[in-house]
Amino acid sequence: MFNPIRYAFKKAKSENRPALLTYTVAGDSSKKQSLEILKSISKKVDILEIGVPHNTPVADGSQIQTSSYRAIKNGVKVNDIFKIVKDFKKFDKNKPIILMGYYNMIFQYGENQFLRKCKISGVNGLIVVDLPWPENKKFSNKCKKNSIFFIQLLSPTTTKSRLKKIIKDSHEMIYFISMLSTTGGKLKVSSKQILSNYYRIKKINTKKNVVIGFGITEKTIKSLRKADGLVVGSAICKEITNSLKKRQNPVTNVYNVVSRLKNKIK
Amino acid sequence: MKLKKGIPVIDQGDKLGFWGGKFGGNFVPETLKKPIEDLEVLFNKLKKDKNFINERDRYFKNWVGSPTRFIKLENLTEHVGGAQIWSKVVSDANGGAHKIYNATVHCLLAKRSGKKVICGDTGAGYAGKMLSMAAKKFGLKCKIFMGSKDIQRQQPNVKAMKKNGAEIIPVYSGSQTLVDAVSECMRFWVANCDKVAMCVGSTVGPAVFVRICGWSTSQISRELKIQLVDEFGSIPKKLKLYNCVGGGSSSFGFWNEFMDYDKKQCEFIGVEAGGPAKSDKHAAPLTYGSKIGILHGAAQYVNQNNDGQIDETESISAGLDYPGISPLHCFLKDTKRARYTAASDEEALSAYKLVTKFEKLRPSLEPCHAFSVAIAESKKMSKDTVVVVNSCGDAYKDRAILEKRLGKKYV
Repeated sequence: MFNPIRYAFKKAKSENRPALLTYTVAGDSSKKQSLEILKSISKKVDILEIGVPHNTPVADGSQIQTSSYRAIKNGVKVNDIFKIVKDFKKFDKNKPIILMGYYNMIFQYGENQFLRKCKISGVNGLIVVDLPWPENKKFSNKCKKNSIFFIQLLSPTTTKSRLKKIIKDSHEMIYFISMLSTTGGKLKVSSKQILSNYYRIKKINTKKNVVIGFGITEKTIKSLRKADGLVVGSAICKEITNSLKKRQNPVTNVYNVVSRLKNKIK
Repeated sequence: MKLKKGIPVIDQGDKLGFWGGKFGGNFVPETLKKPIEDLEVLFNKLKKDKNFINERDRYFKNWVGSPTRFIKLENLTEHVGGAQIWSKVVSDANGGAHKIYNATVHCLLAKRSGKKVICGDTGAGYAGKMLSMAAKKFGLKCKIFMGSKDIQRQQPNVKAMKKNGAEIIPVYSGSQTLVDAVSECMRFWVANCDKVAMCVGSTVGPAVFVRICGWSTSQISRELKIQLVDEFGSIPKKLKLYNCVGGGSSSFGFWNEFMDYDKKQCEFIGVEAGGPAKSDKHAAPLTYGSKIGILHGAAQYVNQNNDGQIDETESISAGLDYPGISPLHCFLKDTKRARYTAASDEEALSAYKLVTKFEKLRPSLEPCHAFSVAIAESKKMSKDTVVVVNSCGDAYKDRAILEKRLGKKYV
């Protein structure tokens, strides 16, 4: 299946650096502004993750919760999110986009209808935080049929036999959760430890692109640059919150953070 | 969808933890898969272990205080003038509510798994209070997550938790009630599952927590079955069991041992919180036909909008103020084994006035919802009908609300 996510990793590899993935919540702080943020950081970022805000998130720390509540309060609906993706793709059609969220939002929309809309608007991958393996088998196959990557999550608590089974069923990209934490937690294990877990995964199948997320900031990103890709989410959401507090422009401030992140892994 | 006979309902889920093929399951982040599986293995082993069951029964008897009373409400029966109205006074249990059963079992499991800290959620404060008591009893550190709105309205239980040495973590997100407390508690567990055990305060959450809680509160119906036979010589021909339903832990425990009886002989009536009469908000997903959705790791009927955002609820009783409902109750509803209805805030308050006027019993606002419906329906029933209401909590915690709504003389 053709999927620009594959080329994003290829390009980063050819430049001898990890792919940079950012996470921002759709509709934070408004529909218009979240699109502006995506457009402004697009040049610096290899893959854009867009959060589908949910009001009972069981795996998100306070930064992403704040962004999500803000977006919901500002009235963002699932259809608005597809519209944001579609509008963005008009601006940069080859930049891969991954939607990340909780299963209830997909379930209420209807799996098939949701995937149809993903395809029409240009979504290339999905991360569903609370749809683990093997529960996700059926949905992940549906994604594949629609040329959308279903991105399996792995965690330090995933047992070895489970790792093998999940990787076997995974598509080309896998998301490794760096530590036991909700999003935005302080990195409480050493980069060495994280990378050693990361190589444990890579060893099972070297062809899969494995990204590391959770706890990655300007301070920590450089130490993990050997990974195929690195995801920064909470640090960006925090920047939006702080900008709003200081009555500064979140678009410029987020762009600056992302530029600094990119420079650290060049 | 069918309820099987001869198999405990908690064990009627499929391999992935779904009851009736669609309720429950494990919609959890990958990080929790392993700790949940570990807990499942431990629980499945221990629930067949005679020593463990003896240990549980010993604590239930000597520490929780089993059996709790089963009493006839003579004056209320006479006043209503229909069925005989009885009550299972579960609030006799140590700490004043049924939450002690689940808390005790979770602490016993935590001890067996070698964990030194246990965390839990609470709405009315009973789940938290009991967990703090049990944790203290078994030498575990205890962290309780509680919505800041509930902290304000359930102060007596907050004080009790502090006295037991628990750390209370106020939750300011969302509606600042039980739903947010459960989310925050799960988040804490995600980040600390290697060292910390989690107790979910009701028959909700990932499948194993639903099962453990249902297994624990079933003590209520085990006792009641014996007490009914003692009183009537056999299980009455017309038995009606009324219970309030929030998450659904007390009602499930109150009904479990009677599951295999024909519903014509033994009917289950679950009463949800209808909220204020003048408000659109409620905590009654079964009564008002909410759609299936995912909340806190399980598929269930849940109050939500078209997009799948969970709705805010409103109820005078913090213990029922939850947008979802146990997968076990969804299963009992769809198999038609139990019937569900709702009572409003005002109806619960009237029931409180009536019960306390006629009887030496002070049910908390949660069971007052059940009393309200039981009293109304009893009027039309024959005298040989035995109505039993589970008085699963004591009104001590509701003093401030009762004083505000009904005046000082009701406190």
